Amino acid sequence: MFKWLDPYAKSETLYHFCGKLLPYLMVSALALLLLGNIWGLAFTPADYQQGDSYRIIHIHVPSAIMSMGAYAAMASAAFVALVWQIKVAHWAVLAIAPIGATYTAIALITGMAWGKPMWGAWWVWDARLTSELILLFLYLGVIALNGAFSDRQVGAKVSSLLALIGVINLPIIHFSVEWWNTLHQGATITKFARPSIDPSMLWPLLISILAFAVLLMALTCLRLRTAILVNEQHRPWVRKLVGG
Amino acid sequence: MVNMVFIQRELRLLARQKADWLNPILFFIIVLSLFPLGVGPEPNMLRIIAPGIVWIAALLSVLLASERLFKDDYRNGVIEQLVAGRQSLLAFVLAKTLANWLSTGLPLILLSPVVALLLGLQQPALAAMALTLLLGTPLLSLLSVLGSALTMAADKGGILLALLILPLYIPLLIFASSAIEAASIGLGYQGQLAILLAMLLLALALVPMAVTSALRINVS
Repeated sequence: MFKWLDPYAKSETLYHFCGKLLPYLMVSALALLLLGNIWGLAFTPADYQQGDSYRIIHIHVPSAIMSMGAYAAMASAAFVALVWQIKVAHWAVLAIAPIGATYTAIALITGMAWGKPMWGAWWVWDARLTSELILLFLYLGVIALNGAFSDRQVGAKVSSLLALIGVINLPIIHFSVEWWNTLHQGATITKFARPSIDPSMLWPLLISILAFAVLLMALTCLRLRTAILVNEQHRPWVRKLVGG
Repeated sequence: MVNMVFIQRELRLLARQKADWLNPILFFIIVLSLFPLGVGPEPNMLRIIAPGIVWIAALLSVLLASERLFKDDYRNGVIEQLVAGRQSLLAFVLAKTLANWLSTGLPLILLSPVVALLLGLQQPALAAMALTLLLGTPLLSLLSVLGSALTMAADKGGILLALLILPLYIPLLIFASSAIEAASIGLGYQGQLAILLAMLLLALALVPMAVTSALRINVS
């Protein structure tokens, strides 16, 4: 069923495939980001209760959703890497980790900036905030573990294993924290039947979410290409490519 | 699955390297006695914060004990031989976990009456603390063995292990301290205990597998 995927396990094929994809991804990420954020931040009506400060959701919600999406992508890559012993998948894990960590940090910082005027505090120990903070720790753990080995291959494999362990733990952590304390508002746009957000605010938000997803893919392609070059620097095709 | 030779070996090693397991116990008591000095000795205040303190001290002392779990076996080639040989790696991991629990978890359970005395915990809370330690420390041992196996070949262990493992301890911390808290105000805490048991059983099923694959990766 997945036979067509096999060639992409080869680093050279994947390098060129990512290279082909990259310009399209970058351009559409940029276009969507500009469209979604300018529309959302400047041209949507103000909220009847929160005024203009709600507008930060156009950055906060996409980065929060994609911080979890990036973790799912990272863990899937880790699973592929460990089960089928595919080297490039290990590099994909390490390519995604810092992007996911940055998204998580953006979600936390924008959330704090929103929390100050709305809740009256920069930080409250609410369930969602806490799980997002723990998500950041899990990302940092993967990055730090990889950096701690002198043998690059072992470091990559061990970090993949940790990413996979984290994904089993994430729901446990999430629900235990939920059970422990809840203040954050419930999900607003996942209720597909009838979203409790006005369509005029929903559309720019959805575009921004898509923009963050495409940006994630673009940055992953970019970082994966670099990782392939660094890890395969002794291979003839890389030597030929860089003209050395 | 259970291999007496491995268990005997681990226990003999512990008997010869007493500092490895005595220091964390001392550390546990020292951390506990720092809290009253830091926040003040009022019995009511101590009773309120006791559940959290006990468990945070337990987490930190188990963490302290776990840093060197696999280091020596890795350096002198025992793990490489085990991975290459026909002995079950799983039995080795289980023996390691059991020895870790016997040397760090069990002493904490035995110490719990003393801890209750220090922090002024009364009867129902004392029983809850002992029970949560009974269910929670094996889980702590499993997770520490996991963290230790992941960082076995790393150049810098120490703080890295804390970064990896402490987030995984969080659910345990939440449910264990909430059980003690519920008991101290006279509520039932069977629900928390059931969740702790569920987490322990889940970890018992999955963690040894993850540890064996971490060991294999590190020597390959």
